Amino acid sequence: MSALVYFSSVSDNTHRFVQRLGLRESGTAVHRIPLRRGDEPLTVDEPYVLVVPTYGGGNEGGAVPRQVIQFLNDKHNRSLIRGVIAAGNTNFGQAYCRAGDVVAAKCGVPYLYAFELLGTNEDVMRVRDGLGRFWQQQSRIPA
Amino acid sequence: MSPTGKLKLIDRVSAINWNRLQDEKDLEVWDRLVGNFWVPEKVPVSNDIPSWHTLTDEERTVTMRVFTGLTLLDTIQGTVGAVSLIPDAITPHEEAVYTNIAFMESVHAKSYSSIFSTLCSTEEIDEAFRWSEENENLQRKAEIVMEYYKGDDPLKRKVASTLLESFLFYSGFYMPMYWSSRAKLTNTADVIRLIIRDEAVHGYYIGYKFQKGLEKLSQERQDEIKAYTFDLLFELYENEVQYTEDLYDGIGLTEDVKKFLRYNANKALMNLGYEALFPKDEADVNPAILAALSPNADENHDFFSGSGSSYVIGKAVGTEDDDWEF
Repeated sequence: MSALVYFSSVSDNTHRFVQRLGLRESGTAVHRIPLRRGDEPLTVDEPYVLVVPTYGGGNEGGAVPRQVIQFLNDKHNRSLIRGVIAAGNTNFGQAYCRAGDVVAAKCGVPYLYAFELLGTNEDVMRVRDGLGRFWQQQSRIPA
Repeated sequence: MSPTGKLKLIDRVSAINWNRLQDEKDLEVWDRLVGNFWVPEKVPVSNDIPSWHTLTDEERTVTMRVFTGLTLLDTIQGTVGAVSLIPDAITPHEEAVYTNIAFMESVHAKSYSSIFSTLCSTEEIDEAFRWSEENENLQRKAEIVMEYYKGDDPLKRKVASTLLESFLFYSGFYMPMYWSSRAKLTNTADVIRLIIRDEAVHGYYIGYKFQKGLEKLSQERQDEIKAYTFDLLFELYENEVQYTEDLYDGIGLTEDVKKFLRYNANKALMNLGYEALFPKDEADVNPAILAALSPNADENHDFFSGSGSSYVIGKAVGTEDDDWEF
């Protein structure tokens, strides 16, 4: 089994991108990392690709939303990440989609794709097809 | 001023309590804007003087006209646009964010003057301002936006504001990115990149507040606002194309700029929660311009398009965040 885990703030930009992928219809489990501190933490029990928006984009750090950091600080969750896809905005210059660089480096997984804001229809198609192929390849790699 | 001549202000003010947030996005964006604060005096634009003199007369003229056009837009947004959003704010924190946006727009407007005074003579500056005042398409752009700011629909005001922040600046922003891609006026480009970064946060936030307001309306009203948004975008786009031709035909860059316009029009629509309009082959920005904007916007981030056999791992980056435990 394969899954997709994502975080989206109340702006729902990343949420809408994930919905357009239509993964649930194709049998992929989709999990959203909870927004608030008091919410039940998410635990995932199958390999997944993470979709993360980039925060900050300024003088300070904090490119990865703290909710995503909390999720990855759970060793069990972290052991199952297989790749990362990041969202951002080229207006942020050097910081464009930096969350993808940070997570890929921290977790030692490939940085699969970057898209802007809600993603274009082309982004949706490429990620949908790419994830299909990615999981096929993964299933051939012995655990 | 409203049509009755009375100054439109909010009716009642309560002391703002940042410990009671109705919308956490307000604090998040406030913090980001404060963290991004900058002033043009910190950027050594005077280092661009030798580079400025390598440009041809025509290139210098176009560049100055670009900056007077941008000055006009930032002046509108600082003194009218962002301020006009304050009475429509739903939370006191949203009001505070708009005051920050308005102030930064004034910083932007001032930064063009600081570039001018460093690089150009008074006569050249006056001449560029005069061109802007007489250019019909630039004036038309300002009129269209001002009309909506003075109108009585809060959501339409947010649409106009987001299109200004996320779309209308880019016919101008192209020029310094072009020079930067050719290793010219690089300090000036640094100033513009700071402005571009701010506009992204402004467009994101105003677009977000627009969507929050929109979701409360009936489907019929939502459809009406969507139709209005696309009509306005087309009207502004047609005008931008002509303005772009006025500016760039003489130096042969018009077609390249148009792609940048369409790319940013798509992003403006996305900030408002709508899907991109222009297909990829009409919005495929010159890679050199994209790299000048964001050195990270390269092809490295499409693992899927490769053979899949190479295992690309993100390049190591400094991650000092204390929150990471592993």
